[in-house]
Amino acid sequence: MMAGRIKPITIAAIVFFLVSAVAPLFVASWATLFALILAKGIVVLGIVLLLQAGQVSFGHAMFFATGAYAAAFWGKFVGGGDILLFLVLGGVSSTIFGLIVGLFVVRYREIFFGMLNLAFSMVLWSLLEKMFHYTNGADGIRVARPGLLGLTFTPETFQYVILYVSLAIAIVAFYAVQRYLDSPLGHMLRAMKSNETRLEYLGMSARRVLLIGYVISALLGGIGGTLVAIIQQIATPEFGFWTKSGEFVFIAILGGGAHAFGAFAGAAMFECVRFYAAAHLADSWQLILGVVLIVIILYAPNGLIGLRQRYGQARQGGH
Amino acid sequence: MNSTLAILAVLDGISYAALVFLVSVGLSLIFGVLRVVNVAHGSLYAFGAYLAATFSLAIAPISPWLTYPALLAASIVIGVVCGGFIERFLLRPLYGRDDVLQLLITFAAFMIMDNLQRLIWGVQPIFAAEPLKLLPNITVFNVSYTSYQVILLPAVALATLFGLRYFLRHTLAGAVILAVTEDREASTAIGIDAQRVYFVTFVIGASLAALGGALASPTTSLVPGMGADMIVLSFAVAATAGLGQIEGTALTALMIGLTRAFVIYLQPEFEVLVPYLLMVLVLLVRPFGLFGAVQVRKI
Repeated sequence: MMAGRIKPITIAAIVFFLVSAVAPLFVASWATLFALILAKGIVVLGIVLLLQAGQVSFGHAMFFATGAYAAAFWGKFVGGGDILLFLVLGGVSSTIFGLIVGLFVVRYREIFFGMLNLAFSMVLWSLLEKMFHYTNGADGIRVARPGLLGLTFTPETFQYVILYVSLAIAIVAFYAVQRYLDSPLGHMLRAMKSNETRLEYLGMSARRVLLIGYVISALLGGIGGTLVAIIQQIATPEFGFWTKSGEFVFIAILGGGAHAFGAFAGAAMFECVRFYAAAHLADSWQLILGVVLIVIILYAPNGLIGLRQRYGQARQGGH
Repeated sequence: MNSTLAILAVLDGISYAALVFLVSVGLSLIFGVLRVVNVAHGSLYAFGAYLAATFSLAIAPISPWLTYPALLAASIVIGVVCGGFIERFLLRPLYGRDDVLQLLITFAAFMIMDNLQRLIWGVQPIFAAEPLKLLPNITVFNVSYTSYQVILLPAVALATLFGLRYFLRHTLAGAVILAVTEDREASTAIGIDAQRVYFVTFVIGASLAALGGALASPTTSLVPGMGADMIVLSFAVAATAGLGQIEGTALTALMIGLTRAFVIYLQPEFEVLVPYLLMVLVLLVRPFGLFGAVQVRKI
């Protein structure tokens, strides 16, 4: 890629972020929709990161839940709160949790990596579900509307505040993940997918490379979880259930795991289908999403962002 | 804990283990042969349970004894129709492609089936306890228990275990399945239809999941979400045993069933935690499971 030339996918990302900043100003109900898209996109960014190393975590909802409960616990046991404080809490706790779990799971690959992640996440889920005294069990904990830097907001303003906070974090996360993947460390992460043995022969520790990637993806999961808990004003054990982890992997594949923007493209598609299907076809949004997923897997396995590339290739005569 | 409670816990554990074994061994068999983790397995369990309940509620007025063949019929219908459909139209185009895609397409099947289940059978709990009430209670050391749960269920589980063993080790069809598992290319070269083997194996595995559900239906109320709970549980059992290990799955199911039963009587709030905690502990020490060889290539 020539320096100075902007890739089409970067333009797509800029357009997407601009639309999420401007469109909700015209349709108020889109503020929450776009905030959710951005927050979930941040989580899925972490899944895409691990996909670069060829690893699929079927338990990433545990970091999502960690971030959400960090905010919820503060509200329940300390009271009050601030968006920035919640984000710091969610980020720090999920990073620490990610480091602890990561130390164990990076020893394994593929199905074993996925299985162990699932096992850890289910342990967390059962604790959240059963430690009723602390977590209110399946009902979850309400997250009261926090302020920002000492300011308090009405519900109408707040939905825009959280939208722009999510947007700012999403842009930073997107840019940082891009930079990370382009750095030597990111290339080593990608090398794990193609040839891990060679990486070791070059003198790198594959486990350490994966651990760094894993902790970053846990941090992204936690931040996304905190944002969703603030947006939806609740944290429930369902945030850490395996179906949630499946949903994140689903979004990553839907968008396309080859590029960081796939996370946001997938999240946008997923949440829009859910938003409109839930509004018009009350009980069958899950059915529709399932069919969408099957069509994507069978006919466009590189996801939404892969469609454009395929179209581009066809135009250039298959190269 | 007094001795009566201990016996009760053992009986609970055995009947629970029998059901979990049926579902887990199907999952394990499918993974052993197709190398696919079937996320829709729990939905097949739930569909088996719901269809069995529908059949037995419909047939009970004619003769309550007909509910037993109804349970069996329901599980075969689900195994062949749903299992067959998933293998033929969803998994078959994906063999040889990325593992993630195979796993995710069964996740898509799970989402669809979960939704269909709510559309077809609704969200209200369904009870169909006829087969449970028909058989008499038995008394074990002064503890009265339904013989459906402590005799019939374990008997079916044992029959499945030995039946599968016999089928795989002593019949031609079983040898063909083992051959495809061992080396798909070589077995195709000598004229084995590997696609058919995959199809048959998936249908057998799916039928076992549905059978587990069908047999569970008289003992519990059927609610949405039962499939999502069962898939992780059966996965925990299969993974703890070592994916593809049939006898190991039986022992692990018994171990988890008994541990869970005792925990229910001693510390009920930790009931759901047990299988997953065991799974974490075992996988940390032995990632290939308790009974898995380092090369998990056997079934």
